[in-house]
Amino acid sequence: MSTRLTNHGRLIDRSARLEFNWNGKRLKGFKGDTLASALLANGEVLVGRSFKYHRPRGIVASGPEEPNALVGLGQGGKYEPNQRATTTELFNGLTAKSQNHWPSLEFDVGGVNRVMTRFFPAGFYYKTFMAPAFAWKHVFEPVIRKAAGLGAAPDPEERDADRYEYFYAHCDVLVIGGGIAGLAAALQAGKSGAKVLLLEQENHFGGRAPVDGVTVEGKPAQDWIDATVEALGSMENVTIRTRTMGAGVYDHGYALGYERLSDHAPEIAGPRHRLWRIRAKRILTATGAIERPLSFAGNDVPGVMLAGAVRDYMINHGVSVGDRVVVATNNDDAYRTAIALKEAGLDVPAVIDARSTATGPLVEKARAMGIRVETGTAISSVYGNKKVTSVGLCKQSGEGTKTDELECDAVAMSGGWSPVVHLWSHCGGKLNWDSEMAMFRPDPSRPPMGADGEGFVLVAGTANGHLDAAAAIADGHTVGAQAATEAGFDAKDSAAPVAESEAEGPILAVWSMPQGQNKKLQMKTFLDYQNDVKVSDVRLAAQEGYESVEHTKRYTTLGMATDQGKLSNINGLAVLADSLNAEIPQVGTTTFRPPYHPISMGAIAGEARGGLFKVLRRTPMHDWTDSNGGVWEPVADWRRPYCYQQAGESVKEAVNREILQTRNSVSILDASTLGKIIVKGPDAGKFLDMLYTNMMSTLKVGRCRYGLMCSENGFLSDDGVVARLDENTFLCHTTSGGSDRIHAWMEEWLQTEWWDWKVYTANVTEQYAQIGIVGPNARKVLEKMGTDMDLSAEALPFMAFADGEIAGIKARPYRISFSGELSYEVAVPAAQGQAFWDAALAAGAEFGITPYGTEALHVMRAEKGFIMIGDETDGTVIPQDLGLNWAISKKKEDFLGKRAQQRPHMVDPKRWRLVGLETEDPSVVIPDGAYAVDGTTRANGVKHMIGRITSTYYSPTLKRSIAMGLVEDGPERMGDTIMFARTDGTTINAKIVDPVFLDKEGARQNV
Amino acid sequence: MLILTCPNCGVAADETELGSGGEAHLTRFGAGSSDADFENYLFMRKNARGVHFERWRHSYGCGKWFHAARCTTTLEVFGTYPAQTTEPPAELIEKIKQKRPDFEGFSK
Repeated sequence: MSTRLTNHGRLIDRSARLEFNWNGKRLKGFKGDTLASALLANGEVLVGRSFKYHRPRGIVASGPEEPNALVGLGQGGKYEPNQRATTTELFNGLTAKSQNHWPSLEFDVGGVNRVMTRFFPAGFYYKTFMAPAFAWKHVFEPVIRKAAGLGAAPDPEERDADRYEYFYAHCDVLVIGGGIAGLAAALQAGKSGAKVLLLEQENHFGGRAPVDGVTVEGKPAQDWIDATVEALGSMENVTIRTRTMGAGVYDHGYALGYERLSDHAPEIAGPRHRLWRIRAKRILTATGAIERPLSFAGNDVPGVMLAGAVRDYMINHGVSVGDRVVVATNNDDAYRTAIALKEAGLDVPAVIDARSTATGPLVEKARAMGIRVETGTAISSVYGNKKVTSVGLCKQSGEGTKTDELECDAVAMSGGWSPVVHLWSHCGGKLNWDSEMAMFRPDPSRPPMGADGEGFVLVAGTANGHLDAAAAIADGHTVGAQAATEAGFDAKDSAAPVAESEAEGPILAVWSMPQGQNKKLQMKTFLDYQNDVKVSDVRLAAQEGYESVEHTKRYTTLGMATDQGKLSNINGLAVLADSLNAEIPQVGTTTFRPPYHPISMGAIAGEARGGLFKVLRRTPMHDWTDSNGGVWEPVADWRRPYCYQQAGESVKEAVNREILQTRNSVSILDASTLGKIIVKGPDAGKFLDMLYTNMMSTLKVGRCRYGLMCSENGFLSDDGVVARLDENTFLCHTTSGGSDRIHAWMEEWLQTEWWDWKVYTANVTEQYAQIGIVGPNARKVLEKMGTDMDLSAEALPFMAFADGEIAGIKARPYRISFSGELSYEVAVPAAQGQAFWDAALAAGAEFGITPYGTEALHVMRAEKGFIMIGDETDGTVIPQDLGLNWAISKKKEDFLGKRAQQRPHMVDPKRWRLVGLETEDPSVVIPDGAYAVDGTTRANGVKHMIGRITSTYYSPTLKRSIAMGLVEDGPERMGDTIMFARTDGTTINAKIVDPVFLDKEGARQNV
Repeated sequence: MLILTCPNCGVAADETELGSGGEAHLTRFGAGSSDADFENYLFMRKNARGVHFERWRHSYGCGKWFHAARCTTTLEVFGTYPAQTTEPPAELIEKIKQKRPDFEGFSK
């Protein structure tokens, strides 16, 4: 049973007791504990159930590679699933729950899957749930969803109670990892004067060196670590961050850091996580190595742990994982664990060493201490259910026949160490297989390439394959200087720190324990703990023809869990290589992708939530609208009122009221969102002639003209009214959503094609409030407001504008109309918008003036047959489809889109074209987007479509439903009745009519 | 995430500040052009593996368009230059040839 020792525990403070809650139990730990070490100290060996078979699982590792100890942390708005106990620092009041079991961790019904193991092989889901289709929705999916999955998602009604932020940093050398190699590298780079940023994922430095008993410069490693951190801290050009993980490396020296500011102490104010967005000239990763499990049967029974982790818990936290610990290994490093256990007074029944001979200094030391060393031996199987009870021994060279059995309560295993090459590989750094060391290590001749064509990532220390402390620290020293030099600094020549540790004998690559493990044992030998992938699954995949490691990964789900195969990938691909009778480098690795370790969604979102999630543009009358019944809808980045709802009326009633008020008297419209772009210069007319389909250069000063813009592909992209302010100056109105896009479009052509044309553009959309006074009484309202302009039909006719003052405010009324009524759209300086609006409301009171929203605007334009970009157009519609030939110049030699519109498909008379539609039953409104069908069926079984609805409304003016649509031969079929299909299989009959439903001759607007 | 130096304002801009505009140095064919010329202009792109000349706009900066010579496989940036030109500057071509001996030079 795991427990707290009275000795060791370099990271814990035994005077600071902390209380925490585990599955409702109140447990105690110390400051400096991780949740994992505290659980082990309390004898909590069983921490979760596995994903697929619901097998009992315990803590395996001591760092971010931990596959099993995933817990739900916190409560309510602070709840987060799938947090690793090994990377969670303990604090007073921490609340954690185990996951993936029902009804309880100790008794789990899903555990029946375990006895079904042989019925759930690789690809089980693919093979089983093929048919029938209905079974997916009603049988398979509900059952699988209940049984599978990791932690429960947070309550969707709860909002994350914490804050998050981004942090932008630039540096010359980014050092990721604060072990002895990273520190030596940072010191060298720092001394050169380079701006250095050092990130360490833990809250302490030095990596494994203090645990492994390394000495530096003749003293314990910790002394050198402390001195170096202090020296770095005193350098102004060096920034150090602990609890900050290097999460990813991207193109051109971009890197992400993930800083956890208050996970260890929730009482700290400020953001919880900070996402560092870093640009570095050189990125140096000194990320150490991760120990590999050994593949023997029962290697997932709680109590079977990595040998390095066993050592970590003992030395760092004063926790023993068991009283009798069997060590299983293929290398010398695990002997450090055996020796440390023995020195702590614990029992080590034996070291099971797969190698036929073991003679290194560590091995000899263990033997000298009286530890039984069994070479050429393997674990045949681990016995125990929720806890290790014994291990069976066998010959490593055999198939697994048990020769002996040793009672024990824990197993410390080591299959060797794999350098953490993730950050090197994220952006394309290549690896070499080192068969002697049995590891993939970075190939310095094939680094990720930067903007200058040179490699921008360097690797140092253990991550570079130097498992020996002396070599690692020297490598850090050298590579640190190299990084600084490459970043343009003069790295000083100095002697590397000298580290010492016991020499290690050669490793034996062991991918299967025992070598010829029989099928029965293979089915109990786990490669991927988190996704429950066994040796037998990978072998089956190979047998079924999966040769690519990427395919095998997806078929078996090996390495696809939240740990991304940190423990399992190398073992898995070695088994695959063996099954395929191929060499490991031929099989290769799967792709390493960021982040190295999961980071919070909150950190990715940063401050972009709530009101800061998206830019919101407000018109000068936004606040007035908000407090006067405005029912908001998003229009591009703006908010516009759908209608202005009055007390006691529905939205629909409000829209109808607004329309009738406009048609019968006068209304006011906030049209400020309309795009306004000034185009100025001697060549402005020539330029607009190219941009618009019609002629703009002939427009008279003081007049307006409606124009269309197309893409080079001929498709209609925007429309609006152009006003000529003076000989060289035009003001182009665009759609509300189009102002930025059209301004960019203009600039693109001016800068990249016609750069010799003398034209300037300026987007003045937000400089003006634009207010429509619309309806038969519009002129009376403006005159009552008081103006120095003659607003009569004679002086200011339709499609003209004037400059002057209204209500004492500088104003430019345009006689343009999107409703078909007498209409003045008045542009006033944005700051005067609300004042003008108030004055208009006061003057219009006697006419019952009220504001109208976007829906009334839409209905009134449809009553007039005016098109709307985005309704009648969808990126495949040309102006000719919409009967807008009158707005396409035949005189102009060229304009954007002209050539495209001459292509055969564009002049095909069978193109669907715009018509009006009146339903037989005037009260029935055709659903938007409904297709016109002719009653025939196509070869593929779908109804033959001959058109579609683009706009459809109930018109209160005409007291009937109206619609516009694109119909094959539509304009030639006036008066015909056609069918529109509803989704319920019924159809609606509608008559093809002229799209102008109201006032065809324009008498209402020309007054 | 790429960094490109805007030749107009001199800022080494993050990709998030930039808008991409596809292949550079296209010749526009408008009304009156042949089907083949127009198709080539509107649709056909080199999609180079290796040295590529492309258009970028410093959208969230000075707003100016510029051109970049970049390797599409290693992401090496050979240089950036103003958009107001019909072909890459000769010295840039020379620089690329030195770095990539198999580069045959710019062709439309």
